[in-house]
Amino acid sequence: MWPDERVERFVNENFVPARVHVKEDPEAFKKYGEKYNAHWTPTVLELDPNGEEFYRLEGFLPVEDFLAQLMLGRAHMDFKQGKWDEAEKRFREIYEKLPNADAAPEALYWAGVSRYKAKNDSAALKETARAFKTRYKDSSWAKKASIWS
Amino acid sequence: MEINFRHDVDNVLEQAKKQGKPVLLDFSAAPM
Repeated sequence: MWPDERVERFVNENFVPARVHVKEDPEAFKKYGEKYNAHWTPTVLELDPNGEEFYRLEGFLPVEDFLAQLMLGRAHMDFKQGKWDEAEKRFREIYEKLPNADAAPEALYWAGVSRYKAKNDSAALKETARAFKTRYKDSSWAKKASIWS
Repeated sequence: MEINFRHDVDNVLEQAKKQGKPVLLDFSAAPM
């Protein structure tokens, strides 16, 4: 399961990993499935240190898309905690390392927002809008960023 | 490198809180 070194490294570096298996431990699956509203597999939740869900993945994804989504969730956690510089770094890492992943356009968008939050400088948003004119220009995130140009 | 998934979720949550580290909780049906 998840036989990819990049995924394994990312998970080990960023999370305490736990697994509930529907067949091996149906009672635990029922208990935590109800607690976290997870009734389908695969479902992967990212929880903050207090056990509150901050990101959810449902359904299978190819490995690079899966890794990008895991990274996106972790970046959003930093963003929600106001760690703008760290969030920007994490968002940027996604579209630099996995430029073809489905999550890449969203990562570009939020990297720009994180930079704006950190610097309080609208130039960061304009720069992001410009970047979308050459990358991911057909994505919904390009539309969202278009108001900044 | 492997992922050392733990199955004692309550203990994982407790440990994560102490460490200030996020939890990855995988609901799986994949062959083990």
